[in-house]
Amino acid sequence: MPLTKEQIAQRIARELKDGFYVNLGIGIPTLVANYIPPGIKVVLQSENGLLGIGPFPEEGNEDPDLINAGKQTVTTIPGSAFFDSAMSFGMIRAGKVHLTVLGAMEVSEKGDIANWKIPGKMVKGMGGAMDLVASAKNIIVAMMHTNPKGESKLLSHCTLPLTGVRCVRKIVTDLAVIDVTDNGFKLLERAPGISAEEIKLKTQGKLIVEGAIPEMSF
Amino acid sequence: MNKLVINADEAVKDINDGAVLMLGGFGLCGIPENCIAALVNKNVKELTCISNNAGVDDFGIGLMLQKKQVRKMVSSYVGENAEFERQLLSGELQVELIPQGTLATRCLASGYGMPAVYTPAGVGTEVAEGKEMRSFNGKEYLLEYAFEVDFAIVKAWKGDTDGNLVYKETARNFNPLMAMAGKITIAEVEHLVPAGALDPDCIHTPGIYVHRIFQGANYEKRIEQRTVRKK
Repeated sequence: MPLTKEQIAQRIARELKDGFYVNLGIGIPTLVANYIPPGIKVVLQSENGLLGIGPFPEEGNEDPDLINAGKQTVTTIPGSAFFDSAMSFGMIRAGKVHLTVLGAMEVSEKGDIANWKIPGKMVKGMGGAMDLVASAKNIIVAMMHTNPKGESKLLSHCTLPLTGVRCVRKIVTDLAVIDVTDNGFKLLERAPGISAEEIKLKTQGKLIVEGAIPEMSF
Repeated sequence: MNKLVINADEAVKDINDGAVLMLGGFGLCGIPENCIAALVNKNVKELTCISNNAGVDDFGIGLMLQKKQVRKMVSSYVGENAEFERQLLSGELQVELIPQGTLATRCLASGYGMPAVYTPAGVGTEVAEGKEMRSFNGKEYLLEYAFEVDFAIVKAWKGDTDGNLVYKETARNFNPLMAMAGKITIAEVEHLVPAGALDPDCIHTPGIYVHRIFQGANYEKRIEQRTVRKK
């Protein structure tokens, strides 16, 4: 069975370590916040100017001045801090944020990422994604392995306009956990019941499969 | 020294057709609602607006787009506005999309008197096209220039009659940066207090950057994505 979006988030949350400052993008990455392992402290950064994102407010307590980067109403937690957008991207650029998790339309076997523009179709803009991928120390992409047409999103070369080059380190899809190495994609883990052959078939870029690949469990 | 103006209409009275404006805010959070309404009333045209977002169809900068007052938007993300997308695809509106951190830092550079900054955001992408590049410690950076704008319009939570400003929570976002970048900076505030009433240790924008200030009225403070959990 392919992983659900919740399970993709759950698997990524296993990469979190005590003391990490983490930026979570919109979509599946946001769900990672629900699976922070017990016993560790992780501080979530919102690029509109908040460290220490709390849960959504209870109904009636929404504060229009307190939102996350997805423009959703949020809360603070003990230890939260506010700052302006230049400082926010200053801490990102300076490598203070340990981990960035974001979605993608395409990732190449070199670690290039495309997630901001479909020429002639989608003109929403890059937001903070280009700043994040240009500077983050560790970038994990959370996405479906294939697009709605069934075409692979893990390619030898990206076809869409790039967001950043040679920056993605790890990809967690509904089918697999994959490292981006100097020699191409490397299969690390399989979704339950999904064979390495199926993953290879659905990966257009070069996929290295070495030995027996363990199955993820939840 | 008198920075006090009566209202938004007076604050924007010399903003004319073709002006280059900065408007603070992230999404609809911390936007200068009163000044936007005054610009809509004034029906000033051919504006260049530098702002992280373009509002939604019926609020924020979206109100100016509806009346076709904007010739060019400089933003990082414009995803919430269908009218914006329509005008862009039809060629009525020009847009320059730039990375959010680059947008913030180009404001900062302006307010700090630095002509340009180097940033890695956009290296290897179409954002880098035509830009000067330089390598530092083996990593490539783009040269990005400080903004030069006629007017910066910001919204603060509290302000005093000397123009000192304090922002609230994530409504700070681009406001203090843009406040530093205007040849003329206009601040609208939710609470206007006499000079001396704010703690000098807690000022976010020193009044030296602010030329006009007024007490705003009737703030709607619309929430773009109301998200709650069960009690």
